[in-house]
Amino acid sequence: MAVALEVKGVNKRFGGLQALNDVNLLVDEGRIHAIIGPNGAGKSTLLNTFIGRLKPDSGSVMFDGKNLIGKLPHQINQIGVSRVFQTPEIFADLSVIENVMIPALAHRDGIFELNAWKPMRKETNIRQKAIDVLEDLGMEDKLEMTASSMSRGDKRRLEMAMGLVQEPKLLLLDEPTAGMSRADTNNTIEVLKHIGDSRGLTMIIIEHDMHVVFSLAQKISVLAQGTVIVEDAPENIKGNPKVQEAYLGGAH
Amino acid sequence: MELSAILLQVLNGLDKGSAYALIALGLTLIFGTLGVVNFAHGALFMIGAFCAVTTQRLLSISTITIDETKTDFLGKPLQIKTPIVESWFGESVGQALIDWSVPLAILLTIPVMLIIGFVMERGLIKHFYKRPHSDQILVTFGLAIVLQELIKAYFGANQIPAPAPSVFIGSFDFGALIGMDAGKLLYPYWRIVYFCFALLIIGLVFAFLQFTTFGMVVRAGMADRETVGLLGIDIDKRFTIMFGIAAAVAGLAGVMYTPINSPSYTFGTDFLVISFVVVVVGGMGSLGGAVLAGFVLGILESFASMRQVIEFIPGINQVVIYLVAIVILLVRPRGLLGRKGVMES
Amino acid sequence: MLGLSRNDFLMLLLVLFLVAAAPILLNPFPEGSSLAQFNAGYPDLMQRFLIFGIFAVGFNILFGLTGYLSFGHAAFLGAGSYAGVWMLKLLTINVIPAILMSTIVAGVFSLLIGYISLRRSGIYFSILTLAFAQMSFALASSVLQPITGGETGLQTNLNDPRILDGANTSGNIPAPSLFGFEMRESIQVPMGDWLWTFNVGYYVCAFVLLIAFYIAIRIFRSPFGMMLKAVKSNNERLSYTGINPRPYTLAAFVISGMYAGLAGGLMVAMDPLAGSERMQWTASGEVVLMTILGGVGTVLGPVIGAGIIKYFENIFSKINDNMLQSWFAFMPDGLESFMVAVVHPFVGKGWHLSLGLMFMLAIIFLPGGLIGGIDSVYRRIFKKRAQ
Repeated sequence: MAVALEVKGVNKRFGGLQALNDVNLLVDEGRIHAIIGPNGAGKSTLLNTFIGRLKPDSGSVMFDGKNLIGKLPHQINQIGVSRVFQTPEIFADLSVIENVMIPALAHRDGIFELNAWKPMRKETNIRQKAIDVLEDLGMEDKLEMTASSMSRGDKRRLEMAMGLVQEPKLLLLDEPTAGMSRADTNNTIEVLKHIGDSRGLTMIIIEHDMHVVFSLAQKISVLAQGTVIVEDAPENIKGNPKVQEAYLGGAH
Repeated sequence: MELSAILLQVLNGLDKGSAYALIALGLTLIFGTLGVVNFAHGALFMIGAFCAVTTQRLLSISTITIDETKTDFLGKPLQIKTPIVESWFGESVGQALIDWSVPLAILLTIPVMLIIGFVMERGLIKHFYKRPHSDQILVTFGLAIVLQELIKAYFGANQIPAPAPSVFIGSFDFGALIGMDAGKLLYPYWRIVYFCFALLIIGLVFAFLQFTTFGMVVRAGMADRETVGLLGIDIDKRFTIMFGIAAAVAGLAGVMYTPINSPSYTFGTDFLVISFVVVVVGGMGSLGGAVLAGFVLGILESFASMRQVIEFIPGINQVVIYLVAIVILLVRPRGLLGRKGVMES
Repeated sequence: MLGLSRNDFLMLLLVLFLVAAAPILLNPFPEGSSLAQFNAGYPDLMQRFLIFGIFAVGFNILFGLTGYLSFGHAAFLGAGSYAGVWMLKLLTINVIPAILMSTIVAGVFSLLIGYISLRRSGIYFSILTLAFAQMSFALASSVLQPITGGETGLQTNLNDPRILDGANTSGNIPAPSLFGFEMRESIQVPMGDWLWTFNVGYYVCAFVLLIAFYIAIRIFRSPFGMMLKAVKSNNERLSYTGINPRPYTLAAFVISGMYAGLAGGLMVAMDPLAGSERMQWTASGEVVLMTILGGVGTVLGPVIGAGIIKYFENIFSKINDNMLQSWFAFMPDGLESFMVAVVHPFVGKGWHLSLGLMFMLAIIFLPGGLIGGIDSVYRRIFKKRAQ
């Protein structure tokens, strides 16, 4: 099976804290890979190094034959890596549909395009794409709402729509269902499953909700104190003593 | 270049540098405590200056008596103006009071500026803490126009002289002091006074922040407003007072500057733009940086005005401060002594 | 229509109508009546309405869409003015090359300043633009005197080369013109008690404003315009979305700089004189006031804001105590002089005071400016009806 993302020897230190300690990770193409671990294990920090928000002290993150380290956020996105943020990072003053059309335009036009003459309402393809994604997520009745006025759960779904509309090669999901109702969570699981199956999209998902993890993941890496302690198929993770120790040890 | 010429430029830079430092100090206090960018600070400086004019006019209020036995040059009976203070305290004390109106104006400036500061913070600025910085800039910019125009409506548009006490008229010969030829290194007495006054105010502000409980709480609030608020300390009230103090510092800088340059209603505008540059160069939110940058830029500006320098790079005296600011902003955006990441968006 | 939605097209038509009919609409009071001094329908003032309207519309493309607050845009207007006068001096008295060159020079100048200033955001950006503008102003009034005419300013002379125009035999300094029509020419039409003045220069400005306004609408409604709104809303998120925000903001900066240059070019086309005071930061502040007052981020707002401020500057400033007395004459004497004393500081030379207060009130109570205010009132009424 082909490797989509290869993380090698990533280290990051914040003052006295070794946040990431020689992290190695292999993510298979077309699979859903979950990263779990106790709070403060370095999961979000690791994702931040993938998207150019944080520069690790050493190591490499290879995607599609390119090292993502040292590239700017917008370059990484254009390579095909999109991230769904944990705390919704949306365009709060804009409408829902605009929030989704912006990443769709970025996917089509690249990092910069002086497209100042064509009216937005003639971008019917882009608009339709955005509507399709929002329909998948059950938000078709909220197209013209201002993003900031939505509930937290809806903002999370909007976040996901913004990532999905770009048809990325690799989708990074940071606790995508946090703050959602059980019904919405299940719906989100279905949507992600469907997309994974139909498009062969590679996904990395950080999640605390084990229901989500075990419904989706085909491979799981357990991160504790900045390092990967176990990487295995889901069925082998549950009874693993190392994992139990990490979670229980972290709880003390 | 001769040593005396260099020293002269340093001295020349000190008085403007003092004014820059004081205004920038107040701006930084407001910014550091309240997180507000106050474009009306120049207007506060200007109002301080007009406190000097007001004091002078108050002290000069006179009773008019007509002496029928004498006539003035138009042949009318001679009017004799006697300032009321002279009739109250006797001629010599009265005249001295009028002569000393600028330093005396400090007594008026402090309460006036504190009140203006309190009213401004409670009445206007308070409502803008949560608004974007651009809104704060704009509303204080509007307030600056209003304050300026009020002063203009009352005092007119022309510069009004407010001279220093006559004791301080004339210059001190620094050259003679350090063994140079007499007359080579002259420095007006009042500028020495202004410099010392500025140092005193700066010292008082720093001591106040350093050694009083009030100051300690304010400094803690500057570092982390929310946490201090959680401790049950009414930080808002203290910040209001801090705003008053910042306004008073600007006012004091203005009142004592009047003998150096006669005030008009636009007095503050020229200083405002440069003071912002000073704050940025010193580092947003850094009190020490503001003072340091104020003096450095004042002296730099003075050096750039030397004939030799202007012949070499024409126009440099006009732009040197802005050039420094641009370079600093691009190379070291946090400024000389600032912390990283303050106000970066 | 013209690539605009129905509403935008109607708005354009409205502006077209208002601008075309302004010489009539702005002269509502009969000639010689006591209110005639409030008529704004004279060419000089109407030209200024439009020129500053263009300036503000352009400024709004930067500030309204991206949220980057420039305090230095007057520098581009000034640079455009100088370039325009030089074209009138060197090339031809025809205004077209002057207006084009003003726009180009301002564009290049803003590219340079924008490239550097946009390395920072927030207050730092504002101060960088302020510093650049003050530098330009200081240099224009001193060292650059051979190019700018220093403090006296730059103007056309009788012995200018004007290489395209051929020999000047009239012995007068030629007035700027468009293919033989002088900008200052007017047709006066008396209509009953009214007098309407239709001026060539005014209609040149009107034509340019309509085009500038149309382009601004297109930009606002385009994908580019939406990216600029996204810059204002969440700059960082945009870069995680695969967009590099900097070229977008730089493009907006340059476009708004070109609008400023265009306004400067029109200014010298109407009156071939350029002075350094046009570059001062207070002049930059003025365009900020116009944009905010009218409605930042709205298409029409800046034009309205520019009109209001210029009207104040020219009409409010003429009100004197005699006029105040005649207005309050119906009151008892004591009250009359009291009212005159109260109103006095706000009018005449004190018109800036009214302006400052108006501006503060707008920021405090009407963050969307007049257009935003009208819009919300309209919506409230509309909603009530729907219920």
